[in-house]
Amino acid sequence: MKREILFSMESPYRDTFRIRGYRFGEGEQTLAIVGAMRGDEIQQQYICSQLVRELSDLENQGKLALDHQILIIPSANPFSMNIGKRFWAMDNTDINRMFPGYNLGETTQRIAAGLFEAIKDFKYGIQLASFYVPGNFIPHIRIQKTGYEDIETAKLFGMPYVSLRKPKPFDTTLLNYNWQIWECKAYSLYSGQNDEISSPEAASAIKTVLHFMQRLGLVNQPKRPIADYNSIVVDEEELVSAVTPTAGIFKRVRNAGDIVQKGDVLARIIDPYEGHVKSEIISPVDGVIFFSHNKALCLQNTPLFKIYAE
Amino acid sequence: MIKTIVSTSLPIDERFTVKKNVTSHGTGKKRICIVSGTHGDELEGQFICFELQRQIQENLQLLDGTVEVYPALNPLGIDSITRGIPNFDLDMNRIFPGNPEGSMAEQTAYAIVEDLKGADMVIDIHSSNIFLREVPQVRINVSTADTLVPFARHLNLEFIWVHEAATVLESTLAHSLNSVGTPCLVIELGVGMRINHYYGYNTVKGLLNLMYEMGMWKEKPEGLVNEHPILSQGDEVAFVNASHSGIFSTETHNSSIVEEGQEIGQIISPLTGEVIEHVLAPARGFLFTIRAYPVCYEGSLLARIQKKP
Repeated sequence: MKREILFSMESPYRDTFRIRGYRFGEGEQTLAIVGAMRGDEIQQQYICSQLVRELSDLENQGKLALDHQILIIPSANPFSMNIGKRFWAMDNTDINRMFPGYNLGETTQRIAAGLFEAIKDFKYGIQLASFYVPGNFIPHIRIQKTGYEDIETAKLFGMPYVSLRKPKPFDTTLLNYNWQIWECKAYSLYSGQNDEISSPEAASAIKTVLHFMQRLGLVNQPKRPIADYNSIVVDEEELVSAVTPTAGIFKRVRNAGDIVQKGDVLARIIDPYEGHVKSEIISPVDGVIFFSHNKALCLQNTPLFKIYAE
Repeated sequence: MIKTIVSTSLPIDERFTVKKNVTSHGTGKKRICIVSGTHGDELEGQFICFELQRQIQENLQLLDGTVEVYPALNPLGIDSITRGIPNFDLDMNRIFPGNPEGSMAEQTAYAIVEDLKGADMVIDIHSSNIFLREVPQVRINVSTADTLVPFARHLNLEFIWVHEAATVLESTLAHSLNSVGTPCLVIELGVGMRINHYYGYNTVKGLLNLMYEMGMWKEKPEGLVNEHPILSQGDEVAFVNASHSGIFSTETHNSSIVEEGQEIGQIISPLTGEVIEHVLAPARGFLFTIRAYPVCYEGSLLARIQKKP
C-alpha cells in the first residue's frame, strides 16, 4: 500500500488542505473508492478507513491481485468535517456538485478537478454516498441513468436492491454522473446514516465492497462465504410515496428495510404543543420501505417514506 | 392586492408562505412579474421591489396592465441570513421547475413557476453574493439571446452578459420559464447583504422604461443613465481567480476600464506582512466584477473583465 497526497492547497489560516489516497497494487487502474465528500459523511469515511485496514491485511497475506490498482480516498473534505460543516465552509458549496471540476476555476471546482484527475480513468468507481433529502435508505446500490450505466455489474455487489435514478439537470455535476461520462462503471453505495458510526451497517458495507472485489478478481478469499442476493432492480420513479398531511414531531414506527402491508401505520405525527397524534402515516401499498425520513420534525405535505410496492 | 401563492405548515406553530402583491390599472392585458429573494443573502431586490411599488402607487394613472411583485421567493432564507433554503441541501435556483410531489422546497419551486407562467415578462433580481460586487447587469443564456437582448437593452443597466449554456443551469427559474415561453430576464447587481441605493433607483427607472416600451407605462422615465449598455457575447469575459490563499486587498472599483497588466489588488499575509500575490488584469477591458469579501482561497474569484468594452 502506498500513501499518497492526491491534492493539496494552502489555506489562509488553517493547516494545508490535503486529499489523501491509499493505493494498492500496480498496473490497470481497476477500482477507485471515494468516501466522505461532505463534512457529515462520517460513516462513509469510517467505512473507507476500515477498507484501507482490511486491504492492507489482505495485501500482507498475498490475497490481493498484484496487477490491478485499487485506490481508496477516505475523505475529499477533511476541512468541513473538522469544523462540523456539511459543505465547504468558505462559500457553502458542495464538492460533489462541482464535477468534473475545473483546475482554473473556483476553490471547490479545483478540489473536484484534483480529485477527478486522480480517479477518472479507473474502470470501476464506488462512491459511499449520502442523499440531499435527509433519511435512511435500505442499503442499496444506486446508478444514474446516463446511457452508460452497467446494471449487470451492479448486481455483483450482491446487495438486495439496485436503484436507478434518472438524472435531473442538477445531478449532472455529481461525481457519479461524470464518472460514467468518462466511461467508468460508477456506483453509489448507500448504507444507513451519515453522522454516526453504525457498526452492523458499516460491517455490511465493507463486506459488500469486498464481495464485489472478489467477483472482479481483485481479492482472493475463496473460503470466506458472503451473503448474496439476486439483486432486484428498482426504478426510482416506481417508488410509492407516503406523504404527511400535517407538520409536527415525527415519531417513526417502521424503518427502511421493513416489509409493510397496505394500511400499516408507518409513523405518527405528534402535535408539538398538546401531545396528541395529529395524523398517522399509513402505507398506501404492500411492499418494502426503501427510504424513510429520519429527522425528529417534519414539514407538511412532504414524502416521509418511499415504498417499493410488491 | 396581496396574494399568497404557497402556504404550508412548519412543524411548530408557524406557516411558511410565499406572497406577491398584484397591482392592476387601466385596460391593458399585459402582465410583468418582478421576483427576488431566491438567495436569502441577496438584498438589492428588496429595495427595488419597495421603490418600484412606491412609484407605481404614486403614479397609478400611468399604469396600463398588471404588475406583480414577489419580493421573497425564499422567505425563510432572507429572514435567517441564509443563502439557501434552511434545512435543505440544494440551492433554490437549482431545483426549478420543481416537483409537486417532492420536498417542501421542490413543491414551492413548482408553485412559483406555475404562478409566473404566462406572464409577458418576468424579471428575476439577484445581487451576486457576499463575495462579489457586480455592476448592474443582465445575464442571458445564449440560447435565448435573440429574444431577450432587445428587452434587456431597456433596463438602464450598464452591462448585458450573454453567457454559454450549461446543463446545470437548466434548473434555474429563468431557464424553466424561458423554456415554456415565458420570457425571463435575470438582473445581477451590487453585493450580498447590502443595498446600493444608486443602483436601486437606476434599476427601478429601467423597469419602468421596459414597461413603457412594452406599452404598460405611459411615460418614458427621465434620467436614464445606461441607454447603450455594453453587450458581451461569445468568449469575451476574462476571469481572474486567486492563485494563492490569503487576504484580498483592493482599492479598485468596478465599472472602470483596466489596462492589461494593471494591478487590481493584492493578496496579502497578515501574519508575515508580505504581499503573497500581485493580482494583475489579464487583459484590457471593463471591470464588471470585483471581489468584496477579503478572505480568499486558491481559486476564489477576484474579478471579471469584459475584454471588448
